[in-house]
Amino acid sequence: MNLVLDVALTHVRARARQTLVAVAGVATGVGFSIMMAALLQGSQEDFIRQLVNAMPHVAVSDERRAPPPQPAEEVYDAARIHGLKPEARRRGIKNPLATMASIEAWVPGAVAPSVKVQGILRYASRDVATSIVGIDPNREPLVSELPKQIRQGSLGALYTATNALILGDRLAEKIGARLGSKLTVQTSDGIRLTAQVVGLFRSGVRQVDDTTAYALVKTGQILAGQTGLVNELRLRLDDALAAPAAAARIERETGYKSVAWQEASEDLLNAFVVRNVIMYTVVGAILLVASFGTYNIISTITHEKARDIAIMKSLGLPERTVRRIFVLEAGVIGVVGALFGFVLGYALCVAVGSIEITNPFTDVTHIPISWSPRHYAMAAAVAVVSSLVAGLLPARRAARVHPVEIIRGAT
Amino acid sequence: MTVMAEGPPRETAAAGGPPLLEARGVTRVLPGIVPTTLVHDVDLIIGANELVAITGPSGSGKSSLLYLLGLLDLPTAGEVLIRGQATAAMSEEERAHTRLATLGFVFQFHFLLPEFSVLANVTLPMRALGALPPKAMRDRAMELLGALGLADHAGKRPDQLSGGQRQRVAVARALANDPPLVLADEPTGSLDSQASEQVFEILRDLVRARGKTVIAVTHDLEIARRMDRRIALMDGAVVGDTIRETS
Ligand SMILES: Nc1ncnc2c1ncn2[C@@H]1O[C@H](COP(=O)(O)OP(=O)(O)O)[C@@H](O)[C@H]1O
Ligand SMILES: [Mg+2]
Repeated sequence: MNLVLDVALTHVRARARQTLVAVAGVATGVGFSIMMAALLQGSQEDFIRQLVNAMPHVAVSDERRAPPPQPAEEVYDAARIHGLKPEARRRGIKNPLATMASIEAWVPGAVAPSVKVQGILRYASRDVATSIVGIDPNREPLVSELPKQIRQGSLGALYTATNALILGDRLAEKIGARLGSKLTVQTSDGIRLTAQVVGLFRSGVRQVDDTTAYALVKTGQILAGQTGLVNELRLRLDDALAAPAAAARIERETGYKSVAWQEASEDLLNAFVVRNVIMYTVVGAILLVASFGTYNIISTITHEKARDIAIMKSLGLPERTVRRIFVLEAGVIGVVGALFGFVLGYALCVAVGSIEITNPFTDVTHIPISWSPRHYAMAAAVAVVSSLVAGLLPARRAARVHPVEIIRGAT
Repeated sequence: MTVMAEGPPRETAAAGGPPLLEARGVTRVLPGIVPTTLVHDVDLIIGANELVAITGPSGSGKSSLLYLLGLLDLPTAGEVLIRGQATAAMSEEERAHTRLATLGFVFQFHFLLPEFSVLANVTLPMRALGALPPKAMRDRAMELLGALGLADHAGKRPDQLSGGQRQRVAVARALANDPPLVLADEPTGSLDSQASEQVFEILRDLVRARGKTVIAVTHDLEIARRMDRRIALMDGAVVGDTIRETS
């Protein structure tokens, strides 16, 4: 066996109990770091999953990010036109069916159209401002969770009556409408029609349940006073993470503003960045504290072994070799600690993951845990590196010991 | 007890080439409010195959001089040369390597590593030098231990041996890398007379049979008288350098 390793292991073995304490310190640090990382990332992933499920992955609206360039600007570089009011355009996505077909041709996922109109619902002389969203009941299930959110009636019931509506449950409660109630819808353009409640839904998002009513696309178009109007396409992709790329391509190809869920939820995702910074700081602190134990034992060993160090140096072992012995001892503690920490971390994850949580909207679930080898690698790397650093400080001191002083002291 | 003949044949005193060990104006002053001079302006030339005693009263600087000659300590003035090579300007690593390859130390206390077996203690300098394959290191260590009458104790820990046995293990360790020069600081100082005699004979045989040079600090005048050359120290300075007339 290598001399350095031999001496290092002999020192460590001769102090089994102290070494075990240091190893336990590192293992605890590594174990809890793994659990914390798994828990934080697990809850983050779970939250994003819910968020992603609650909204379209990409929303293509009939807006454009920049006002259309003036023809003169396109022709002459020097031309700059100020103070122009943008020309009033016809609303809606042009050729919605063709646009949808062209997107569907390449995008891995589904597309559904919708028409959004602002209106007033009137029932029993109560007026409530409402967003009426015209949808296609055949396509809607492919892009949203609406079918699962229906509490009474069904999505297909939209076909069963003229101007059928599915109301948010809180909206229905507010105006006192029930299944089958007939009510009046009116828009600011003066269009008014009679509609019938054929279903109630509850998304769990209060603002939506308070103000949204679903109808057929056709009903929406009538309310908007524009046949063939579609002002939003919503996409659900097979891979939610591919949304920004898909959004960019759609925007490039169609010119319509396409917003990926990541862009729409930027604030939220930024909050996760803060959370991750906090997590890494805490995990780093835990492991740093664990390395104090390593520092402690290596310091103790170098003090106890001052005589042996003097002997080895007097025989002609260079400082480098002496230093390596103690750094290696610290490394052994770090590595063994990390291995035990893996076991502890895994056990903690299993234990925490089996805790049940209940929530009024969903079925019983478990605390979300993310299983990632990255957490193990990260905790181990930090633990081993901090152990090595913790060992290096006393090792350097030990290596500089002047053998004569100790040999004299013993004589 | 005799040590079996092995290694280079007896060399005759330096013919031509630089001497094995040379001290030129070596001085060691301990800094402090009142600086202490441990060794003062020592000039020495020690050749191959010499058996040298350093004598002097307690506190006369014998150990200090030996540490300087053995490159364990650095002189504040002057220079120690090994085979003509200056050592003061060497890096710590070069000096360590020179100690490992050309010097063997035996101290008053055996200074063996307590957690290692006798065999492991003897192979340690060989492993640090790394010049031999592991099997050859073991064989050489066993041979040295056998020659010093310790073959049966190779697997024991140092604390299972008597003082004389431990000191002989220390000698075996000093010889591990077959250095031309062995330095001993009162090697018999903590032994009874019988064990002292045994260790002395071993050191003498290193010179007689193995062609080594041994420099031993001793305050045992009886033993010093039986050495080939005696260097007397007083207050850190050499006050006598006598060569015994071979009878
Ligand atoms: N670190 C030190 N601090 C103060 N005095 C010292 C130190 N080391 C050695 N001395 C003194 O230097 C002198 C020489 O010591 P030493 O070389 O050990 O002598 P010897 O081996 O001949 O007994 C002694 O008087 C000793 O007390
Ligand atoms: Mg002394």
